[in-house]
Formats: sequence, C-alpha cells, structure tokens
Amino acid sequence: MRMTAAQAIVECLKAENIKVVYGYPGAAICPFYDALLDAKDDIKHVLVRHEANGGHAANGYARISGKPAVCIATSGPGAVNLVTAIATAYADSIPIVCITGQVNTDQIGRDVFQEADITGAAEPFVKHSYLLSDPKDLPRVFKEAFYIAGTGRPGPVLIDIPMDVQKAEIDFEYPESVSIRGYKPSSKGNYNQIKRVLSALESAEKPLICIGGGVFASNAQNEICKLAEIMQIPVITTMMGISVFSDENPLFFGMLGMHGVASANRAVNDCDVLFLVGARVGDRAVRTPLTLEKTTKILHIDIDPAEIGKNVGADYPLVGDAKLVLQDMLQMAKPMEHKEWINHLNLSKAKKDFDKAPEGTVNPREFMYKLSKTMPANTIVSADVGQNQIWAATGYKIKDGGRFITSGGMGTMGYSVPAAIGAKMAAPDRPVVVICGDGSFQMEFMELATAIQHGVAIKIVVMTNNRLGMVRELQTNGYNDRQTAVFLDGSPDFIKLANAYGIKSYRVTNDETMDEAIDMLKNSDELCLIEVVVDKMAKTL
Amino acid sequence: MKHTISVLVENHSGVLSRISGLFSRRGFNIDSLAVGPTQDPTISRITIIADGNEYTVEQIEKQLNKLVEVIKVKTLEKDECLARELLIAKLSVPADKRSEVMTIAEITGAKVMDLTLTTMTLELCDTYSHLKRFEEIIAPYNVIELVRTGTIAISKGADTITAKK
Repeated sequence: MRMTAAQAIVECLKAENIKVVYGYPGAAICPFYDALLDAKDDIKHVLVRHEANGGHAANGYARISGKPAVCIATSGPGAVNLVTAIATAYADSIPIVCITGQVNTDQIGRDVFQEADITGAAEPFVKHSYLLSDPKDLPRVFKEAFYIAGTGRPGPVLIDIPMDVQKAEIDFEYPESVSIRGYKPSSKGNYNQIKRVLSALESAEKPLICIGGGVFASNAQNEICKLAEIMQIPVITTMMGISVFSDENPLFFGMLGMHGVASANRAVNDCDVLFLVGARVGDRAVRTPLTLEKTTKILHIDIDPAEIGKNVGADYPLVGDAKLVLQDMLQMAKPMEHKEWINHLNLSKAKKDFDKAPEGTVNPREFMYKLSKTMPANTIVSADVGQNQIWAATGYKIKDGGRFITSGGMGTMGYSVPAAIGAKMAAPDRPVVVICGDGSFQMEFMELATAIQHGVAIKIVVMTNNRLGMVRELQTNGYNDRQTAVFLDGSPDFIKLANAYGIKSYRVTNDETMDEAIDMLKNSDELCLIEVVVDKMAKTL
Repeated sequence: MKHTISVLVENHSGVLSRISGLFSRRGFNIDSLAVGPTQDPTISRITIIADGNEYTVEQIEKQLNKLVEVIKVKTLEKDECLARELLIAKLSVPADKRSEVMTIAEITGAKVMDLTLTTMTLELCDTYSHLKRFEEIIAPYNVIELVRTGTIAISKGADTITAKK
C-alpha cells in the first residue's frame, strides 16, 4: 500500500501489536506524530515529562508484558536525553525499541539545529541501531528491530529516522519473517552438556541455585522453581532475579552480594556446586569471582555465550535459553534431599526483630516488612537506586506471584516512578508500588503529571532523610565520615508537593502512622504518595 | 601474545565504528586492523591483529559475534595462515647513496616505486616480522615517511571462511 514512511512506522507498530508508546515530540519527529494522531484509537501516546523517563516507562512496560516496548524522542537533545534510558535497558537486558527523529538527510553532518549523532552516542549501549537513510528499508528495519530487541539476550534497539525519510512515500508491506545472517541467537542447549550439568548437580552435597535476570528474560520462573523443588536445592538470587522465588519458600535464602543478606552469602561461600541461571556474576554480586572459581564447581547457563567465562570461569558452561534448558533438565531430574545443607543455611537466616528507630523516624526495614505483609501477593514493586533499593530488595518479602523491578546493572536514579508507570499500564489490575528516596524522587517527580494525565494509579513511597544515604554511608565508612555533597537541603515539602499535584499523601514519622499509611496505600485506587521519614544515619544493611 | 582474527561483516557504513568502538570500550589492544571488500560485494573482511592472552582473545571473538552486522569470526592459527602486509617508505637519499639502497632493496625483495634527485620510495609486501626487520635495515637511511597497511591473512590449504547462507 502507498503511504508516507511516517504512516508506515505507525503500521509497523500496529503489526507488532504495540498499544502504548512513551514519547516527547519535537520538530524532527513531527511527521511521525502527525501520522500517529490518525491511529490514536489503536496506539496510545503517553507524553512523559523527560525523554529518559519515556525510556524507563517503556522498560517497565517491557518487563511486565514480556515483550519489546516503544519510546520516542526527537532529534538532538531529545535523543541524547534518551541515552541514560538506553544504557539502563542495556545493562539489564530489557527489550525496548527507541525511535528518534533526525535532521534531514542532506543536513546530517553539518551541525545544524538539534542535530546529534545519536546512533554514535548510543552505540556502546544498544544491542543494535539503525540510521534509516532509505525509506524503502523502513518495514524491514522495524521488523528486524523488534526481532533483535526481543530475542536471544534482549536489549535496546535504536532506529534514527531523518525527517525527509519520514515524509517520503513508500510501498508498505510488513515482512513476515526476518533473516539476518549475522544474528542467529542460540536457544536449545546442547543435550549432552545438559546431562553433564544435571549430573554435576545431582552429585553435589551442597548444591546452590543462583537466579539472575535471565530467568525473567526467558520466562523460566516456573521451570527453575520446579527444578529446585524436585531436587530440593536451596535458591538465592541476584538483584535482577528477585521475585522469581517467593520469600515464603523454605528453599529461598535471599539476595547475594555486597548488599545482599547473610544467608545468601553464606550459601555461596559454603556450597560445593553453584548453578548460575541467567546471572552474569557482576561485581556487586560476587566480589571475588577468582576465589569462587577455585573453591566451587560452577555450572553456568546463559543465552549469551560472551557471559560465560567473562566474570567467572565455568566448569560446565551451557549456552542456551534457560526455559528450554530447564525443561530438558526437568525431564530427567530425580527427587533428592539436602536436609542437612538446608538446615545449615537456615542457621544464618536473619531474625525478624527490628531496632527501635530514633524519635520522629521509622525503621526502614520494618516499614518494608510491614508493607510487604499488607500488600496483595501480585504487587509489583518498582525500586529506585540507593539505600531505598536495598531496603526494598532485602526487606520487602515477595509472595508468590509478586514482582520486583529495579535498575540493577546501571543503577540509574530516577528509574522507579517512570518504570512503575510503564509496569502499571502493562498490568492495570495489579498494584504497583514505587520505593524511592528523597534523592531519586527529585530526579523523577515530574512524572507525577504523566501518571495523573493518563490515570495511572501507582502507589509511591518516598523514603526521606534529607540525605543521599548510600553515598553518605560510603563517606562515613570509607572517607573518615567526611560527609560532602550529600545534603538535600532545599528539598520541597513532599506532602505539599503531592497537594500541588492534587494527590493523596501521608507522612509517616512513627510506628502508629506507619500502619495507617500502609493501609491507605493499600486501599487507594488513585495515585497516592506516602513519605516515610527515616534516620539520617540509617544503615543500608 | 599476538592473534590474527578474521571477521566477515556486512558491507554497511558504520560497521567499522562499531568494531573499533568495541575494542576501545572493552580495553582490547589492536596492533593493526585492515578492511576491504571480498568476492561477495555485500561482505567486507576485516583482519585484526590483537594483543592479549587466551581469555582476551576468547572475549574478543564472543563480543564480536554479538554484533548484528558481524557474520563470522575466526582466529587464524599462526602456523596455519598466510599473512601479508604492504609497507611503503620514502627515504631521503643523496645520489652517492643510491646504489647502497638499491642493494638493500634487491636483497630484501623491496621494489623502488619512485625515484627523484633527492628521494627514493620503496615498497615491500611481506609478513609482519619481515617488515619489522626491513624497517630496522632502512632506518639509517633517513626515512622521511613510512606507511603500512596492516596485516591481511587467509588460511593455508583448502580451508575457507565463508558466510553461512
């Protein structure tokens, strides 16, 4: 069919079953926006208040829907603002397709108004990118972009489209299949290697499963849980793997790492066989991989061959899609017992008693615990970065069916609110709770307007202590308590801020108000905010 | 240790920047990089000489393979490949030294490409190590300009590196 390339973009999005896009217009992307207006019944456009947040919202949407999500920005500053979101999605292997406008083809390279080499700038952080110079390539490029973003190890794909290309007329036909000779992601694992991995796991006395974000990426939650149950193997997760396993499961021993819990780190230290599933053994998870290699037999499943042996040497490497590999393993797995080993790990499980917080504040871990006990099982928690992230990661007890999302790899502050907006739009029936700090909230609170404009009823918890707490703690412990540049004086009154936006809010300063606020949060059908005041010297762990 | 890595890539603009970006970003050291078209006009072949241990070369291969426009990556074993590099050197040579330089050219197999009253321009196509030796030999003769292409290489015998259809 004859149409403009801009209209063809809209047709591509429809063909990919895209129902919502997050964006911010500008001159260079106007042809597309004009075409999008004609499709407003099929594709909802959400105007974010900053381009990076459009990327984070798409990130949250993609995580919950399990499919690539779309964000849009104009050329120059719009596109460059998107880079943080692209890098965030790349670090966590989240499938997003980013569409940016570009100046006219004949102006590229002349430093004209709002021109930026976005494919160049984003190159280190994309799975792939296109600068579309021939409008005829558009349908193929879109088909490829969605395919690349969502298959193999997922990740962000950028399509940069000059204005004149958007305006050009083409014959549109969306390709049915993709053939890229340089991109053939592996999926099925080598069967003999799968057998070897399984027998190594069977012969272990103290086996341990470590789940990473790859389990979500391959939608292998059920398979890994079943395998752990059948073989009675204790489970820990990385930050990206949180909520694959319920905290209520007796086989679960929490998140490992620098900010992880004692039982998980104890488990890594004491196990004889460590089965890594879609985890890349980042430095925050395992600080001394070389020691681990020497003392522990390592079995490593990853869909990305480059991850195997990158940070930790594997005795049994296994390239493949976790879901398919685990399905093969489940066919052969026999019931086992590891009572002694599990009892040993139970000794290091933290007890649930909370220190009394100083007057006028609450204990953040106690708050997380109570919040998680009150919220429904299917709640999605969107945590920001900093102490709030660790309190949420270790203190919020995930129930079966719950979900935890955060910027794990990049550690991008200002992620939680826009990601929660995306998550809520992907799953309107599930409660979505944001956990952020007074530092991170001030990088993202402009998105309250976005949430109001589109009726996205997320529940926001701002943990305040007028500090960038994690940096403050680092300065206390590592720099002789020489605290600098961590004071958030000048911050607004967050309750008044909520009032200014016309949303319900509540400030928590003691145990009584904590319970009331949590109830309000749980029962509210509308966008709401609670401020939780914590001690300025509150510790992360 | 030096490794010779052959990479078949899509003949698109921007591929080279992705590859060079990957090397600098991941801290891999390149000694030389040579690129040109192949018998298939849609495919270019890049030959990279990289320095590093086994871990590094394995990571280079795997990371290169992740690039969508990279079709095939293969490390050529040192003894199993034929490698050549072209060197062109311009020497400032007074008339009384000309025959001396000619003798060197004859012995080393270099050709005189150009001659003026004051300069001689030599070319030599050979392996990396021969060119290195040649550079040492001509060094005393006032080299005023020197340029090298970087190594290209192909496997010995009937083995080939081809794109899968």
